[in-house]
Amino acid sequence: MHAACGPMEARTAIAALGLAAALAAGAALAEAALEPLPASAATFTPQYPLWSDGATKRRWISLPEGAAIDGSRPAAWEFPVGTKLRKEFSVGARRVETRTIEHLADGSWQFRAYVWNDAQDAATLAPAAGTIVTLADGTRYRIPSQDDCRACHEGGAAPVLGFNALQLSPDRDPLAPHAEPPRPGDLDLRALAASGKLAAFPRELIETPPRIVAPTPAGRAALGYLHANCGHCHADPKFTNGAVPVELQLAIDPTDPRSAEGVLQTLLTSESRYRPAGAADARLIVPGNAQAGTLPARMRSRDPRIQMPPLGTAKPDLTAIALIARWIHEDLKTPEETSP
Amino acid sequence: MTSVRLIAAALALVPTLAVSDEAQIVRGQYLVTIAGCNDCHTPMVAGENGPERDMTRMLSGHPEQLVMPPLAVRPDSPWETVTSTTFTAWSGPWGVSFTANLTPDPDTGLGRWTLKNFKDTIRTGRHLGRGREILPPMPIPMYRHFTDEDLEAIFAYLQSIPAVKNRVPEPLPPPAALAAQ
Ligand code: HEC
Repeated sequence: MHAACGPMEARTAIAALGLAAALAAGAALAEAALEPLPASAATFTPQYPLWSDGATKRRWISLPEGAAIDGSRPAAWEFPVGTKLRKEFSVGARRVETRTIEHLADGSWQFRAYVWNDAQDAATLAPAAGTIVTLADGTRYRIPSQDDCRACHEGGAAPVLGFNALQLSPDRDPLAPHAEPPRPGDLDLRALAASGKLAAFPRELIETPPRIVAPTPAGRAALGYLHANCGHCHADPKFTNGAVPVELQLAIDPTDPRSAEGVLQTLLTSESRYRPAGAADARLIVPGNAQAGTLPARMRSRDPRIQMPPLGTAKPDLTAIALIARWIHEDLKTPEETSP
Repeated sequence: MTSVRLIAAALALVPTLAVSDEAQIVRGQYLVTIAGCNDCHTPMVAGENGPERDMTRMLSGHPEQLVMPPLAVRPDSPWETVTSTTFTAWSGPWGVSFTANLTPDPDTGLGRWTLKNFKDTIRTGRHLGRGREILPPMPIPMYRHFTDEDLEAIFAYLQSIPAVKNRVPEPLPPPAALAAQ
């Protein structure tokens, strides 16, 4: 046996080790790379987009071959195992992240975020605890943790938030803040039903697609915005056991024409549990006065202890704040006016 | 005959269930005691033999009557965290946090919470698992390792204790955020 080992062998051994490490790292990277969706995946554009600090978004859904969404509970669709969704976030021209949802064979849901590289040709899995990406202008962009994903997606009636009867309704709200026009080829409610991928969904709702019933156009848009941005936590407890136990309910049931009225009632009559320091008035909104009330105050705030929504945004949505203010100010009658 | 036997069997089950509920609550009480929940969530008062926990307000959090001045920590000091005499208000780099009311009062405590709300809170470190992040010194990084069974027992115990109406104030922002205002 040779005790000594020459410099050559040593170098070869090191090179071999390096190669092994590189291969292992490569394998891990390949595992963590964002895979392309099947060619059958469709794009869609919800009518009330979620506010994401102004990022532009593109969305896809892929439903497994031979399976359909169970639409028998129109406000809480059940998606077949194998359903995959993607949402790509861009800031300016830069693709920053792609979030994925997958309904796994064991019935659970998987939520992931992938971060795009500088070359913009590949995205890799973000750490489960989330991460920060610094954009060209120095802005710190927060990639959500998997707990953050669950915080929103597992609070509502269904873990898929942007793909449902109201969001896909062809009767789109022209006043919806940040509404994007549907893209050619987008799947909407009628196209989905026609494709046979939506089972047991009431036919009336295809013929007369869901629409928020509100007294004024601004009211319709305001309630739609609150539904899409807040309704997955402020959800109807009859659909979910993850909902927050607060009186304020902002989720609209598209099959119930009185649903919007119910939401309005909770807005006008329930007390906020949150009280700003020193404030005795816990009203959520004060009709006729958009400066008062905890709802507008928490929409305006981006102090993490105060802001609403509590996650997924670091910049207030000024367009939506203006819409809600206009609605509170002009459309909601003051209590004095309603009493005879 | 069979149905009589079935009813008898069902009746026999009832006390067993009650006993196991009782056992769960007792275990919850034990866990709450040794995990030190009272250390922060039950206010301290001056007793005959020095400071002691005010068990008439057990686990009801920072007393709402006790309004604290904004901040006690100087940014240049090596002393970082300061607590009130009650041990319920905590000032540090995160601002000032006030310990929560854990009693089953529906308006100011955990009365409306479900077991899931409680588990989600402790596991994610967010209010109800969905809201704002829970501030220090609540030991979330340690407590998130409680088993499901332990959290179930703790919650069962917390829901069984006397409700105390006490509206804990919202936390105050940290010095930097205050300066920026
Ligand atoms: C070292 C001090 C400390 C200990 C020990 C402690 N807590 Fe806390 N806890 C706090 C503080 C401070 C808050 C408020 C934090 C905030 O407002 O963000 C809090 C908040 C909470 C909340 C969140 C309430 C809500 O509305 O979101 C729960 C639940 C809770 N504690 C339960 C417990 C339980 C159960 C134990 C024992 C197993 C415990 N705490 C032990 C300091 C403590």
